[in-house]
Amino acid sequence: MWSDIFQTEKPGYYGQFGGMFIPEILRATFEELIAAFESAKTDPSFWMEYVQTMQSYSCRPTPITYLPNLSKKNGGAQIYCKREDLNQTGAHKANNVMGQGLLVKRMGKSRVIAETGAGQHGVATATMAARFGLECKIYMGALDVERQRPNVFWMEQLGAEVVAVTEGSSTLKDAINAAMRDWSASMDDTHYALGTVCGPHPFPTMVSYFQSLIGQESREQILELTGKLPDRIYACVGGGSNASGLFLPFLEDKGVELVGVEAGGHGIESGAHAVRFSSGHIGVAQGYKTYFLQNPEGQMMHTHSIAAGLDYVGVGPILSHLHDEGKVRFSSATDQEVIDAVRLLIRTEGLIPALESTHGLAGLLRESREMDEEDIVLFNLSGRGDKDIFNIAEALDDPKWREFIHQKSNEYRRSSN
Amino acid sequence: MSGKLTEYLRNRLKEKKILLMTHTVVGYPSLEDNWRMLQEMQLANVDMVELQMPFSEPIADGPLFVKANQEALKNGIDWNAYFEFMGRAHEKFDFPLLLIGYYNSAFAMGHHSFCSRLAEHGASGYLLPDLPLEEMGDLQDLSREHQLNPIMLCTPTHKDTRLESICTNGSGFLYCVARKGVTGAVTKIDPIIFEFLKRCRKYSDLPLALGFGLSTGEDLKQLQGHADIAVIGTALLKIWEEKGYEAYRSLLQELAVATA
Repeated sequence: MWSDIFQTEKPGYYGQFGGMFIPEILRATFEELIAAFESAKTDPSFWMEYVQTMQSYSCRPTPITYLPNLSKKNGGAQIYCKREDLNQTGAHKANNVMGQGLLVKRMGKSRVIAETGAGQHGVATATMAARFGLECKIYMGALDVERQRPNVFWMEQLGAEVVAVTEGSSTLKDAINAAMRDWSASMDDTHYALGTVCGPHPFPTMVSYFQSLIGQESREQILELTGKLPDRIYACVGGGSNASGLFLPFLEDKGVELVGVEAGGHGIESGAHAVRFSSGHIGVAQGYKTYFLQNPEGQMMHTHSIAAGLDYVGVGPILSHLHDEGKVRFSSATDQEVIDAVRLLIRTEGLIPALESTHGLAGLLRESREMDEEDIVLFNLSGRGDKDIFNIAEALDDPKWREFIHQKSNEYRRSSN
Repeated sequence: MSGKLTEYLRNRLKEKKILLMTHTVVGYPSLEDNWRMLQEMQLANVDMVELQMPFSEPIADGPLFVKANQEALKNGIDWNAYFEFMGRAHEKFDFPLLLIGYYNSAFAMGHHSFCSRLAEHGASGYLLPDLPLEEMGDLQDLSREHQLNPIMLCTPTHKDTRLESICTNGSGFLYCVARKGVTGAVTKIDPIIFEFLKRCRKYSDLPLALGFGLSTGEDLKQLQGHADIAVIGTALLKIWEEKGYEAYRSLLQELAVATA
């Protein structure tokens, strides 16, 4: 069984990666969470409740869509995508937060906190909190608060308090540190709903477990659609939650190559990127051991990506292990390749992808044209892009959009005078 | 483990009702300021000093130390600068020195090099708040070899079994964390803290240090008879920043008086 990967010899360790490097004050809280998760996992009614929740609230199972126009235009293999963009709040993030939300209810806690980079996980957590009647606080790097006003707006409308974190580089990693600090004081009534497959045990395991719904559905659906398994599967990798969710259920399928695509930013040689596997080193930070982008003395470096959701120094320990074992191959896509791929997907198939997800597509397009026409490739369209109109319009450098913003801003200025 | 530090602390405790451990983030505000701080600590007859090695992701620290870590790194503090400072401090001052920092520094340096560099520059031990006991690996043996005390942290959220295993593995003294949360926020000294210290005492006869949120001489007086060592960190840096050198000196003097 693919899920045997979770049965690790040393709890929370995948090969040499993972672990629980936490301040002692949080030890008991982690033990409580591990116990709650283990008991939920062995209770068949919990998974059923989870799947039903996702069906009635988040449009699951999301379909797999064949992309004939794009396949023809690019040449080579036939391209399919898993439509995680159709989830409630527009991304796969909903899978994880709804799962953790059900767990919070089992543990009887009344408050959730979360970190967010671009704001996707923050919006998803605030949505879950509204639905389940929980108090909610979201930590977000001050830089990201500035860049992502629409998501901050929605979090606040959903009843969450958004805290702008000004420490460090004022981005995702700093928001994680701030959430950890909150939790170390508030654990009695609070759950920290970490948004990705990183951090201390049990988060990598737990988040992968909830996200594995993506791969479980995909495997069945692609078999039904095409009569065979895909030759290659692609997913973007920031922390790695959508990739883990899609990849893990295919782990034992020998003929299926798994490819993770990291954020190449302005190119690896520029130093402005978030490519952990070829440029990073093994280290311990934020509670776990993995590949980090760090200097030789272990200080974390600044990262860059056009997609805020991939702009992170670390990567899930399960993926690091699978990388070292040669079970997942990693490549990267640059900001420019991503912009080109966004345009192409919108025009050929009428799908508006999130910039994050488009990294997976860009990595795919580069390789699938060398493949045979009978080959099948699948990528995870992990989020939709129309909600990120400010970012995508800026990335595409659309002059009419710019003019519109100027006009709007003038209107606001006039009305406030 | 090295019993020298414990012995030193026990001897000091014959002369004082409670000992004082203070703290500074190396490289913040500057190495020169750190040096002046140490000079004042020496004048105040401080018993032990933590030198924080800056790290980019200090998850156990509150806002003031987070900023201090960050600024120290911006000031260019690297391993060489840190150890050079520690070595100078060891030569000049009487109090034992401990490294406080985060595990990634030790991991990146390599356990062997971490221990030998500490020993070489006169450290008595180290505290790594994000390194739990079961992740220490050969650091236990290497520390013993280099006569270094890895200082363990006890917290009020620990269950008895965990507390016991931490206490039994303790070395030098035990660092008892007064409350939940991170460094810096104010701690009220109350019977709950005394009960917690009693729980720690049950499992170990090592000296007990209490830290997190202590700030005044009054705090120290209240702790006499309950804790052996009081740790003052944030309060000192805060007064240095807000009121300057003179106020820093008077706080240290106030604390020194309260130890008698």
